[in-house]
Amino acid sequence: MADQVTVEVVARVAELANLELTQEETVAMVRDLNSILGYVAQLSELDTSDVEPLAQVTELMQAGGGRLREDAVTPSLDRAAVMSQAPETDGTFFKVPKVIER
Amino acid sequence: MKYTEKPKTLKQLRVEIETGATKATDLANSYFERIERINPDLNVYLQLSKDRALEQAERVDGLAAKGDPLPVLAGIPVGIKDVMVVKGIPSTAGSRILKDYRPPYDAPAVARLEAAGAVVLGKLNCDEFAMGSSNENSAYGPVRNPVDTERVPGGSSGGSAAAVAANMAVATLGSDTGGSIRQPASFCGVVGVLPTWGRVSRYGLIAFASSLDRIGPFAGNVRDAATMLGVIAGFDPKDATSLDAPVDDYAAECDKPVEGMRIGVPAEYFGEGLDPEVRSAIEDGIAKLKAAGCTIKPVSLPNTKYAIPTYYLVATAEASANLARFDGVRYGYRSPSSENLAGMYRHSREEGFGAEVKRRIMLGTYALSAGYYDAYYLKAQQVRRLLAEEFQRAFADVDAIVTPTAPTPAFKLGEKTGDPLAMYLADIYTVTASLAGICGVTVPCGTTKAGLPVGMQVLASHLREGTAFRVACAVESAE
Repeated sequence: MADQVTVEVVARVAELANLELTQEETVAMVRDLNSILGYVAQLSELDTSDVEPLAQVTELMQAGGGRLREDAVTPSLDRAAVMSQAPETDGTFFKVPKVIER
Repeated sequence: MKYTEKPKTLKQLRVEIETGATKATDLANSYFERIERINPDLNVYLQLSKDRALEQAERVDGLAAKGDPLPVLAGIPVGIKDVMVVKGIPSTAGSRILKDYRPPYDAPAVARLEAAGAVVLGKLNCDEFAMGSSNENSAYGPVRNPVDTERVPGGSSGGSAAAVAANMAVATLGSDTGGSIRQPASFCGVVGVLPTWGRVSRYGLIAFASSLDRIGPFAGNVRDAATMLGVIAGFDPKDATSLDAPVDDYAAECDKPVEGMRIGVPAEYFGEGLDPEVRSAIEDGIAKLKAAGCTIKPVSLPNTKYAIPTYYLVATAEASANLARFDGVRYGYRSPSSENLAGMYRHSREEGFGAEVKRRIMLGTYALSAGYYDAYYLKAQQVRRLLAEEFQRAFADVDAIVTPTAPTPAFKLGEKTGDPLAMYLADIYTVTASLAGICGVTVPCGTTKAGLPVGMQVLASHLREGTAFRVACAVESAE
């Protein structure tokens, strides 16, 4: 099978993933993704047309869990402690660079 | 160089602390001294939490002096993998993007250990965001295997396994997404536990792949690992996928006989690629189970070969979503070169993440992107069901399944770093149980001629941790 991941594909996926890869990283990524996808292609040998996807395993167990909690207001984390970890804050809000160009 | 030293058992330490023969504060200080002496050679700890540890140890000494009943882990020095948050103590997940991050809360698994009297010594090195099989992906340098410092400790919980192997903690917590507890336990010659998915709260575990991530303990022997799991297991309302099932007395399983138990051996785990010395060590272990009265039965898991591709699609897809939160806004690193918001996201992530993390985000994003979703992500979820059902069928006939944990003993640093796919194949015997959500224990089972540890993986069905511990104890006592 021909390599399916090109430099253009890597650039598009990097944009979706909010990554900005260097030239060097892009070359390595093309090579690595093609190698890994070549390996995972063996999954197509399996006929799964009648198989329901399994997203997680709780349904396989006879145990409580996987239920939603009551929609009630409970105390949250301490604001000052949370905000102390922000790269830039005014104490109440997170500050970010300009969003809209004018 | 060799740094191995077996920690005292929980039972020994309990007697010493209860009778006052050892003070918890002295014990903690002796661990800090040992860590300060050998950590430069092993790079196991990223951060020590001395004030917090000594405060807790003083509390334990106070209780012991008054003759008050002591909780189960009173004064026991433990270490925590750096992917779990501990309030106020830098928690980096082995990543540059979380350098100096001080979490505002404790992961319940850690809080439960401390409520049981454990003394948290510090945070343990690991692969960045738990992505790796050798601990070489840490932004803070690799951990070295205490058995042989030229070799890797395994990953991603390399620091957690090495800490126990080198007696830099009596027990530790790690996390396992595709083998990250079991494989390093095997490489370092210690016991590692993969609890059933949902058995231990994931709240406060920095997420890699949520449908696979689990917190579990490491210890120097099976009974102590079982005691540790008993402390951290149980329902937690803060984790919506946490299981509301009773927690068994896991340690008591070590006193039960294995006679009459049915042990499955899957041929698919003994095929091409298995190191002959690992094979013979595991076969010896199986012979010992037979001698102890177990019935050994062949079981069939024919889709096993599809587990690695399935795992690396599911895990990376989930990772690409989970790691979207690291954007330089709320915590962690923000690139100074950010002219606008979009540029800030991209530069912060580009400069903050390491190569393997970027590779997995890219693979996951690709597998989820329009046009590829059905062929990759959906397909992998379908195969995941086949793999889980295969285990369920096997467990209808046997109580436990035993396999090698890894195809080889610990490999050398740098041996696989140039080839991501070769590194992924180090997880070939561990990822299937991860996808199926079942539980297991890795227990030391012989060594190679060169003295490298081999670990047997004992797998049991959902919530049958007790069964896995019982079999693992039998393997351990026959060593």
